[in-house]
Amino acid sequence: MDAATPLFRMEGISKRYGGVRALEKADLTVTAGGIHAILGENGAGKSTLIKIMAGVVAPDEGTMTLDGREVSFASPAAANQAGIVCIFQELSLIPELSVADNIVISDPPKRFGMIDRKAQRRIAEEALARAGASDIHPRALVKDLPLSRRQMVEIAKALARKPRILILDEATSALTAADVAKVFEVLKRLRSEGLALLYISHRMNEIAELADHCTVFRNGRNVASYPAGSKSDNEVVELMIGREYSHIFPPKPGPTAAATTVLEARNLSWADRLDNISLSVKAGEVVGLGGLDGQGQRELLLAFFGVLRGLSGEILIDGKPVSIASPTAASHGRIGMALIPEDRKTEGLMLPMTVRENLSFAALDRLSKAGIIDRAAEQRLIDDMVGLLAIKTAGLDIPVGALSGGNQQKVVIAKWLMRQPRIILLNDPTRGIDVGTKQELYQLMRKLADAGAAILFYSTDYDELIGCCDRVLVLYDGAVKRELVGAEITEHALIASALNIHGEGAGPRQGAGA
Amino acid sequence: MSETTLGGIAGRMPKFLRRADPAVVTAFACIVILLLLGSLYSRSFLSPEYLLQQLKVASFLGVIATGMMLVILLGQIDLSVPWSVATGAMMACAAAAYGPVGVALAIPFGVLCGVAIGIVNGIGVAYLRIPSMIITLATNAVAQGLMVVYTGGFSPQDSATAAMRYLATGFTIPGVPNAVIIWALIGAAMVFVLTRTSFGRAVYGIGNRERAAYLSGIDTRRIVLIAFAVSGGLSAFGGVLLAGYASKAAQSMGDAYLLPSIAAVVLGGTSILGGRGSYLGTVAGVILITLLQSILSVMQMPEAGRQIIYGVVIVAMLLLYGRAPASR
Amino acid sequence: MKDWRYWLAEQRGTLLAFGIFIVMFAIYSANHPAGFTANVVQTAANKGVLLAFVAMAQTLVVITAGIDLSVGMIFTLTNCMASWLVIGTGLETAFGVLAVLGTGLLCGAVNGAIVIYGRLQPIVATIATGAVFFGLALLLRPVPGGSVNEDLADFLTGRFFGVVPASLVSLLVIVLVVWVPFSRSEFGRAAYAAGSSETAAYMSGVPIRRGKFLAYTLAGLLAAIGGLFLTFFTYTGEAAYASGNAYTLFSIAAVVLGGVSLFGGKGSAIGAIFGALAFRTIGDLLFVFDFDPLWQPLFQGVILLIAVSLGAFALFRVRNRLEWFL
Repeated sequence: MDAATPLFRMEGISKRYGGVRALEKADLTVTAGGIHAILGENGAGKSTLIKIMAGVVAPDEGTMTLDGREVSFASPAAANQAGIVCIFQELSLIPELSVADNIVISDPPKRFGMIDRKAQRRIAEEALARAGASDIHPRALVKDLPLSRRQMVEIAKALARKPRILILDEATSALTAADVAKVFEVLKRLRSEGLALLYISHRMNEIAELADHCTVFRNGRNVASYPAGSKSDNEVVELMIGREYSHIFPPKPGPTAAATTVLEARNLSWADRLDNISLSVKAGEVVGLGGLDGQGQRELLLAFFGVLRGLSGEILIDGKPVSIASPTAASHGRIGMALIPEDRKTEGLMLPMTVRENLSFAALDRLSKAGIIDRAAEQRLIDDMVGLLAIKTAGLDIPVGALSGGNQQKVVIAKWLMRQPRIILLNDPTRGIDVGTKQELYQLMRKLADAGAAILFYSTDYDELIGCCDRVLVLYDGAVKRELVGAEITEHALIASALNIHGEGAGPRQGAGA
Repeated sequence: MSETTLGGIAGRMPKFLRRADPAVVTAFACIVILLLLGSLYSRSFLSPEYLLQQLKVASFLGVIATGMMLVILLGQIDLSVPWSVATGAMMACAAAAYGPVGVALAIPFGVLCGVAIGIVNGIGVAYLRIPSMIITLATNAVAQGLMVVYTGGFSPQDSATAAMRYLATGFTIPGVPNAVIIWALIGAAMVFVLTRTSFGRAVYGIGNRERAAYLSGIDTRRIVLIAFAVSGGLSAFGGVLLAGYASKAAQSMGDAYLLPSIAAVVLGGTSILGGRGSYLGTVAGVILITLLQSILSVMQMPEAGRQIIYGVVIVAMLLLYGRAPASR
Repeated sequence: MKDWRYWLAEQRGTLLAFGIFIVMFAIYSANHPAGFTANVVQTAANKGVLLAFVAMAQTLVVITAGIDLSVGMIFTLTNCMASWLVIGTGLETAFGVLAVLGTGLLCGAVNGAIVIYGRLQPIVATIATGAVFFGLALLLRPVPGGSVNEDLADFLTGRFFGVVPASLVSLLVIVLVVWVPFSRSEFGRAAYAAGSSETAAYMSGVPIRRGKFLAYTLAGLLAAIGGLFLTFFTYTGEAAYASGNAYTLFSIAAVVLGGVSLFGGKGSAIGAIFGALAFRTIGDLLFVFDFDPLWQPLFQGVILLIAVSLGAFALFRVRNRLEWFL
């Protein structure tokens, strides 16, 4: 592996989504016969980089060279053709088809125009064996397999395409400890066969065991590249930190001493996504939810809001146990809860409907008498909200889809404030909105807390958690791993506990495998 | 959704026209064109008598299409219209056979039978989440089975009550048939419900994005159930009126109303995917369909030609403005 | 080792439909006044095969997570057409058969083009094209009538070797010539993949559009074969609106009974065939038990209602209520 000429190189790659830059003149060099780990916190540009490599999105500028020749990929299929295969986080398997069908799906072997089932079976068995998953039967239906087995099929499917560069994006996140060991063996064997592997993971111990080389991304740039094992975990965390911008956050008075607990959870568990979560939020308090994306934060908020079924544990409002069976129950009456959902375009708003209709949608019961909307009252309340949140719109009767992202988000928040909620759950409300609007939302959040609301706030932006929250709970694998209070909330502490490298070095693997 | 491209002209148009849905304007334009074409064929097409007669015929379809529209606004469909219509008609006539009480209760009984069919549909769609197309086909079959058993397979012998006949054919205001007044009242009520009530807002919200409506604390299942019940009731009421018009019910009287009611709603600019559309458009669609039928029959176009023209016109209009977004 | 188990799991829906059919048919023939004779089997087969063809057609479209509400009308249209064309000398008859089948293909292709390339909802699009097909049928046969090459008709509706119903053999041949190649082709797999998860299929580079188009087109062909056989049984063509609609409706019932998921991606035409045969036998059970035939439509409607409600049980396994709104 010494003196290898780079197999693949990316130079000066930039990509913007709207006004937000995801990658800024990023470089990456991949050599054959090596495992290359890519590190970085949420939104550092890792996934955009991979999508560009795999032909899912096109870069705005920059060049890619493969074997010294410049290349560009119009589609994932084109990238596959060139030997670059990516295993994405979201699964691309077809549930109702068998494992073998899925493995050969993009190019099935044919005989007389029909799919050659024997050849298909052979290819599938080979691929499964190479992936170290011979225990999976090629005829089993994908939908009948548990998540960890599906991920193994996904790996086998990638191997069946005979890649030269294999990208694994969090491909081990759902695997059991035994599977991870197998996958590692496979990956090491592939390395010895001369493949280039790109490995993205948040599990530091995995990277330590596997990688030959590491590159750290931050703010859309590659900030450091070093041979694996030459830096300590702490040094790596330092490299990942360091945002350029900083916000002005309002002061945090926190809850008064006399404040009562409004929202409380005891031993909340759901499926395999929430694991024995207990927490409480006082009136006037902003409690943050931290951790890597997808560690159960979204499910936790949905659990409070009455969306999940089969929840075990207790939810208490004002110290009294309640059972919340629907968003209607959560938002109406005594509970007075509001959820600012994750995706404002599909969960928060009806885009083709007008600003007015969207604003009053969650409060229709309050604005109407005997089912008939009191238009004067509606107008008054809407005027209040448009003023309070400074929503910029060309009128109340234009489709809400015509507003900017930031103003759309303000509409989502305003429609809930029209109910004057006592408990406000926010699911990453500042994602994809401009800096100015973010500032306004921080001010608003504090203002609502000061007025007595209990706020549970999930954010993927650590800066926000530091700036806005009185306390932060860090989630990992669906469980609260750490609680940070007041001055403890630092970027270092947030990242370290998000990666679960703080304290017990063994990590969660044993726990997950047990 | 999209602002009209003829911005300059639109700026000078009256406000109500500027805000009008292009589909509704198109539908009304088609009505005018049809009338002009008809008047070339025969002078009487523009006479008040002919127009009122058409409006009267249109009002039966109008009542049925009102219910259909409510369901389509939710992004669902009601294929149980044929036998909801027939059930309403037959049950109302049947009740009439049971003495004076039966006569008095004939109309509400007929409508309630339709509501019952609609409730089964609504439970299937909202609570069991069976695709509306499937469950309404099934209830249609069950309703048909029940009616066949009830009538013994012959055309029903009971005849419509005087009240039913009066509603369908009588005149309260000289010159204006009662059927037209009924349609106007139901239409006005529908406009009110859709634009002024929380129920109406919820219907549009669910049609646009049921997930967002649910997360906004709307009891989406209850709304869907009610909408289907209303649709069933209105179909049955349409049947009651038709029975009054013909003095009795008939086995397959509803068959001729399924496609036209869907077509009227969709041609009036209501999106088949739900969430978008105005009642004015449905009015235009109903009149358009009725005129088309009338002209085809005046021209002595056989049933075959009518069916073909229907189908082609609907597909063509849908391809013009009823398409799903390009990528999903 | 356990290959047979997977085979069993794959065929569960089909086997269940087969089981229901066998049980129903056993009850039927045991109580039939004539008993289990070649004649009884032949009559039952001839009735069942018609619905089986239409159900196969529906299966192809349902697999893609679509629906074809015009199959019954294609069936009616081709019946009317065959009553004009499938007549005369051997060559003329052969030409007529080809023309009828070609019409079916064309009808299916029109549906497919409108749904896939025109991006219209399958329900509305096929209701509308169904009206067109019925109009064409009326044009051909304003009143019932016409005739068919009776030699061919008797041959295909009679018995081979005195015992095997010829219609069943024809059904088997069509399965081997149409269904088996389709289900084993890349396009058939694309149809399944698109029905199961269109996004995953897209990400995997599956030819979704061509697979779906082929499914709609072949559905037209299969409905036409059904129409052809209807002509062979009745010797006439009739543009019967109620019967066309009933076939569409029953095809959905047969498909559901046959283990084909209305949400797409799952099931086989073989299952739908047994579903169709079982549905027909259940309908006929009323006769052998001397029930009033008046009850038959209600009985069939209730079976349909129960069949479509069965799928709802999956709902109780959903733990995140947001999944209701996918």
